[in-house]
Amino acid sequence: MIKVIKAGFFTSIQDRGRDGFASIGVPVSGVMDSFSSNLANNVLNNTLDDAVLEITFSGCKLEFFTETIICISGGNFSPKINNKSINLNSRIKVFKNDILSFGKINSGVRCYLAVKGGFLTDKVLNSRSFYSNVTHQLFIKKGDMLPISSLKSDLKTSNSSIKNQNAHFQSQEIACNIGPEFNLLNVSQKKQLESQLFTISIDNNRMGYRLVEIIENNLPQILTSAVLPGTVQLTPSGKLIVLMKDCQVTGGYPRVLQLTNNSISKLSQKTTNEKFFFVFGKH
Amino acid sequence: MHKLTYKPFGKQAVLIEWNASIDKNILNDILLFKEKLRNKKPDLYTDLIVGYNSLTIKYKEKINNFLNEVEYLKSIYKIDFQFLKKDNFIWEIPVCYDTKFGVDLEEISTKSNLSIQEIIKLHSEKIYTVFFIGFLPGFLYLGGLDSKLFFNRKPNPRLKVAKGTVAIGGEQTGIYPSESAGGWNIIGLTPINFFDVQKENPCFAKAGDQIKFKQISLKEFIALEKEVEKSNYIISKKVIV
Repeated sequence: MIKVIKAGFFTSIQDRGRDGFASIGVPVSGVMDSFSSNLANNVLNNTLDDAVLEITFSGCKLEFFTETIICISGGNFSPKINNKSINLNSRIKVFKNDILSFGKINSGVRCYLAVKGGFLTDKVLNSRSFYSNVTHQLFIKKGDMLPISSLKSDLKTSNSSIKNQNAHFQSQEIACNIGPEFNLLNVSQKKQLESQLFTISIDNNRMGYRLVEIIENNLPQILTSAVLPGTVQLTPSGKLIVLMKDCQVTGGYPRVLQLTNNSISKLSQKTTNEKFFFVFGKH
Repeated sequence: MHKLTYKPFGKQAVLIEWNASIDKNILNDILLFKEKLRNKKPDLYTDLIVGYNSLTIKYKEKINNFLNEVEYLKSIYKIDFQFLKKDNFIWEIPVCYDTKFGVDLEEISTKSNLSIQEIIKLHSEKIYTVFFIGFLPGFLYLGGLDSKLFFNRKPNPRLKVAKGTVAIGGEQTGIYPSESAGGWNIIGLTPINFFDVQKENPCFAKAGDQIKFKQISLKEFIALEKEVEKSNYIISKKVIV
């Protein structure tokens, strides 16, 4: 068990999400930055299906009631055990009553805590990912007890760590492919999408990121049709929305671009006022 | 056979589109194609998403050759597989249209020159088709609203709309399966649960089913609400022939 002493800004259990339930309107959900969470699970020799804790904007404090091995990856929020700094992307042994805390944000928006064998909160519709009206909770609260695996492991801990991949956090290039309605755009709209430096608005969360810049929009709305995590919608006001992991399964705005999976991971480490370019089809 | 278009939707999905209209024949063709795909190679797909005039196939892996994949999909579409059609049901949904719940009935009545009784009659005598489920878990996209009841969404959405709210938005009517923000005009409340993860099948209705609303009194609503809470209430349904 892990006890939540402080929940932080927005902290939730996530795994690879629940694919296959669009027919009843249930979103995919799952980790926003799968690149980082996969790294954390790999370091622990976990399976990539093991659930992790997704910590948004630091502030989280946890007490371990079970001895285990952990790995932290993604955003660097100055993690400490019993007030002593620890490395990211490395195996770290924790003992009963150890306190893990997160402080100053040095990079990124979301950080992942993986534990040996994964978090074991309830599986609902094949996934432990938090989502309202599917799981009991949308985020963790102070006082929650989070079940974790207590399997004895002979995994060796070490001080060595995998170098943080700076490009993942700093690159302004968000790779994408054209979306189903891209070819309804005129030449100047297409050019703007390819060359404009876009800014993330304050309206960004697990459902989607609204962007600040405006693309002149004369496209009609479409009959409601599927949308996917990574779909970029052009709204009637001319603003773009990049849909993220908790997005609805259907929508009625033209779908002009589709991000690659890796780009969803990269974008989820950016927040309000940060800027990026869409880079078309080199992958 | 309809004329279909196939478009790439990123590297891991294909969008198949029918004529852009809301039409039960198109829906049936989409659902039949979906069943054919499910029957052929279900392991290739993570999901098959139905829209009014579209079917989106999400693949487990990246699609190597889009054009080859389209040829394969076209060959599946051509297969005669009528026997795969599943049973569809018509569900009777009790709704209390009391103005205690139907807080926008008076406004609709004033603006449309219909009496509240006429609005209720028009809403509850129609049979609606479930085209697909989206927006929220268990939110049914229903076709078949009487054009006299077309009524624009509110300019400022309400921050909280109660679970079970029955409402009209533009040319559609629907039921909020959980509390959420919403801009539709509220005409009533149903005690029925449209989404419950405790059940083996969290949403009883599926694309291709039909919905008929049945007017109930406030007293009946309160009694039914208790039955639903105790899981004693069984929604009345009939197979569509």
